[in-house]
Amino acid sequence: MPAISTASLPDIVFMLLFFFMVTTVMRETTLKVDVSQPEATEVKKMEKKSLVSYIYIGSPTTSQQTSFGTKARIQLNDVTFSRKEVSEIQNFIISERLQKDEDEIPYMTTSIKADASVTMGIVTDVKQELRKVNALKINYSTKKNKDIK
Amino acid sequence: MGKRRDLPEINAGSMADIAFLLLIFFLVTTTMDVDSGISRKLPPMPEENIEIPEIHKKNIYVVLINKNDKVLAGIGSPSKMVEINGDGSISSSLKESVKTFVSNNGRLETSSESPEKAVVSLQNQEGTSYDMYIQIQNELTKAYNELRNEKSNQDYGKDFDKLDKDEQKLVKKYYPMKVSEAETKSN
Repeated sequence: MPAISTASLPDIVFMLLFFFMVTTVMRETTLKVDVSQPEATEVKKMEKKSLVSYIYIGSPTTSQQTSFGTKARIQLNDVTFSRKEVSEIQNFIISERLQKDEDEIPYMTTSIKADASVTMGIVTDVKQELRKVNALKINYSTKKNKDIK
Repeated sequence: MGKRRDLPEINAGSMADIAFLLLIFFLVTTTMDVDSGISRKLPPMPEENIEIPEIHKKNIYVVLINKNDKVLAGIGSPSKMVEINGDGSISSSLKESVKTFVSNNGRLETSSESPEKAVVSLQNQEGTSYDMYIQIQNELTKAYNELRNEKSNQDYGKDFDKLDKDEQKLVKKYYPMKVSEAETKSN
């Protein structure tokens, strides 16, 4: 059998590379809370990922638990907050707005990525703070599951 | 000028190694982030002097999730317990009740007057789990999506997602998704 030419092997790898470059996001923040999202069927993909701000809610990861305990915390960018410090969300949204163009501001959405076991008390507090800063477009991040009965 | 010697070919055998390295770098530093979800618009904060408009009880369908994740639903006040299936999922009866409520159009005296006036009021307690909340939101969204689909098939003979922007707007206007999480005053 003649030897198979492997000259195109790098090309295949480059294709894979480009695929990953296109479909993934550079992880900007390391998650400091555990978030395992609930599943739902009526979900839509978010458009304009550049205009999305993320709020993570969950219990701290094991490495963080020594300093922060096990109660649910809110993570904005890199810092986690307890439920009492929920008003920090207002500053977070305002600083996110400053980084965008004027005309893009009405299209900004806030994606709430909360763990399935979080209780509604903390989520309701977060939503109230968002209302206070007039960040009304929100999206509950969920995994898509085609067949929930 | 003397004839130049042929330049030796660069060994391209390590191209694949370089490519693998770059690939692994990207695999490690990026995440295939879940970017799907259920979109909602929060109501703006009520201004001091503006009165909350009174809505007749029959136009409100109340869904209450209590701290034990039990769901009660009913028109005007949460009266009927919604069954939850053995595996924890909501029975489709919630979705059907919401659909019947929204599309009532004045048929039953005790139900909503029109889809524009029909409001679903979603209430939860401190201890309600987020998972159950999302499931309920999912069922409500499903109810509205199915109503809109039926209307679009009725009006245009096509599914809702196959319509163009303006047609979708019209169908959405007929069945606006009014899910309220603020307290609505009812008389």
